[in-house]
Amino acid sequence: MSARDRILAKLRANSPSTVGNPPDVAAWYATHRIAENGADKAKRFRHFIELAHAEVYAVSRGGWLQKLYEVLSAKQIGKLLIAPGTAHGARVAAELPGLDIACPAYDTAIESWKPALFNDIPAAFTRARAAIAETGTLILWPDADEPRLMSLVPPLHIVLLDAASIHNTFYEAMQAEGWKDGLPTNALLISGPSKTADIQQTLAYGAHGPKELVVLLIGDEQ
Amino acid sequence: MNAPQTPHTLHFMPSAGFRARAKDVVDNPFLRQSFRGAMDFLMSKRAAQFPDAEELESLRTLGESIRQYNLARLPDLLERLEARLTANGIQVHWAETPDEANEIILGICRRHEAKLMVKGKSMVSEEIELNHAAEAAGIGALESDMGEYIVQLADEKPSHIIMPAIHKTKEQIAKLFAENVPGVDYTDNVDALIQIGRRVLREKFQEADIGLSGVNFAVAETGTLCLVENEGNGRMCTTAPPVHIAITGIEKIVEKLEHVPPLLSLLTRSATGQNISTYFNMISSPRKPGEKDGPSEVHLVLLDNGRSQAYADEQLRKTLQCIRCGACMNHCPVYTRIGGHAYGTTYPGPIGKIISPHMLGLEATKGLVTASSLCGACGEVCPVKIPIPELLIRLREEAFSAPPRANPAMRGQGAGYSGLISAVWRGWAAVYRSPSLYRVATWMGSRLRGLVPSRQGAWTSVRVPLKPAPKRLRDMLKERG
Repeated sequence: MSARDRILAKLRANSPSTVGNPPDVAAWYATHRIAENGADKAKRFRHFIELAHAEVYAVSRGGWLQKLYEVLSAKQIGKLLIAPGTAHGARVAAELPGLDIACPAYDTAIESWKPALFNDIPAAFTRARAAIAETGTLILWPDADEPRLMSLVPPLHIVLLDAASIHNTFYEAMQAEGWKDGLPTNALLISGPSKTADIQQTLAYGAHGPKELVVLLIGDEQ
Repeated sequence: MNAPQTPHTLHFMPSAGFRARAKDVVDNPFLRQSFRGAMDFLMSKRAAQFPDAEELESLRTLGESIRQYNLARLPDLLERLEARLTANGIQVHWAETPDEANEIILGICRRHEAKLMVKGKSMVSEEIELNHAAEAAGIGALESDMGEYIVQLADEKPSHIIMPAIHKTKEQIAKLFAENVPGVDYTDNVDALIQIGRRVLREKFQEADIGLSGVNFAVAETGTLCLVENEGNGRMCTTAPPVHIAITGIEKIVEKLEHVPPLLSLLTRSATGQNISTYFNMISSPRKPGEKDGPSEVHLVLLDNGRSQAYADEQLRKTLQCIRCGACMNHCPVYTRIGGHAYGTTYPGPIGKIISPHMLGLEATKGLVTASSLCGACGEVCPVKIPIPELLIRLREEAFSAPPRANPAMRGQGAGYSGLISAVWRGWAAVYRSPSLYRVATWMGSRLRGLVPSRQGAWTSVRVPLKPAPKRLRDMLKERG
């Protein structure tokens, strides 16, 4: 008998006879979380993610590239990792090199350039698929075009978010987007730059992931 | 002024010596202050996250029902999880004991000729003492959570399941880094210390052949491993190396993805008083064709290690509802005074007292279940409503009643049984049940009080001796007429 069979046999021998009703998660959220309108959701998202030390800039659909350039200039960063297979990445790659920002592309497997990613890339630019107002959280589904390490390794992570894609709660996000029917290799919730309080409960940013998180929020009404 | 280092290098062994270790901490004002300060901080942060008592109560009830519903279906869900993960390309392994789990993990390491494994925070890996096993096999195992990295450098064990280095001051950490990290000068600036850790560990994330992590929730319907963290080291361990091995206890399963949001909210708010952690990392497969990063192999090790014993009993099964937030230890007056190392078990505090007997047997843990004033704080703050005080009383009965006891058998049942103590209590009960015996006994007591010894063991070490009164209440009332 394998360990698997022994464990399952022990559990089965003593399983409760009644299982009980499934927990009603939907009812809890319906009675305990208000559904806000778009502007309020954006405001709440912004409030919480700023509390977690992220920078948020309201931008227009046509004007985010200008703000991206300003952010990089203000931080004196001349190199930005982009995802060339995405619309937003392609747009950056077309425009920013002319303004003296180098835009290396994440277009080969990590094995061929891991040290360079860790040591030579000061910033990366990705899109967020959606967000959560209740906790000030970005939702990213990295994929073949926009790989996982873009939002983790470079010290500055800049994210493009459409305010129309902000949900009230995590629960609402997964229900509305049908997550249970198919999750990607890696789905991520990101709620600020990396941090730790492991030394004497003193909060320090830039633990292992990005030291700074910047959100370009399209359609934020402010 | 530097605080003294913790007196013992700890290897997790049975809780013999619990009293001696507890006394060491109680006598150490630095450690007392560290724990008191940290617990006050964590309690106030948690309280600030739950301003609405009704919301908290209803969310705890929901959390409890989610955990109980999933535990009730555990064997089926484990099979479903395995099938789903396998379909997703994640390899599933089962281990009944810590040795089996280590063998599985080291076997994977050997197959990849691994030299270095970087580890995200995993209490289950502490439970199986993976670092020692890896070291013995010639494989480097490096902790990458800042707190875990610090305790590993100090050759210690975590003293708290959420904040492993809570017993250390920044001055001690500064000294530790200056002495152990090449090229580092003494600094007790916390930001500078964190940047030192970041620099060292970023090298290792690139080098490592294997990334190891724990699991906070495993979702059966989607085949997803969920990890909660703030630092990003968990994401590093699960993304940068070519192989990812996750390890978890068999109880951490939920059937549906929709069970995750309430548990996540309870977890982060109860643990560190955050409305959400910086990262919530959901992994459902290895790297797919065309994807440019992520491990090409992902493994999950499911560990029993005594959990199926707790599962066998309806009351003890509630132990497995735990989501490892640590709120019970943060609110425990005993933990706050003696710290995490005194327990000598992987999981300290109230949850440690009720889960460790299943992992190590009651022979080794019988003292732990008595280390409680039964004040009830742990049960009150538990986000999934584990009745910890009730379970402590139950485990005391299991440990100290005469063997053999009724089904189901717990390892080490009756290990604390003493014929003498048991006879004393039986006599006590007989006297208190019979009015005439009681009258005789108290009459004797008041007349023979001079024979009571002035030294009464542990009692008189800090208290005056117990002595019957010269006159019984009954006699005094009689005199008053």
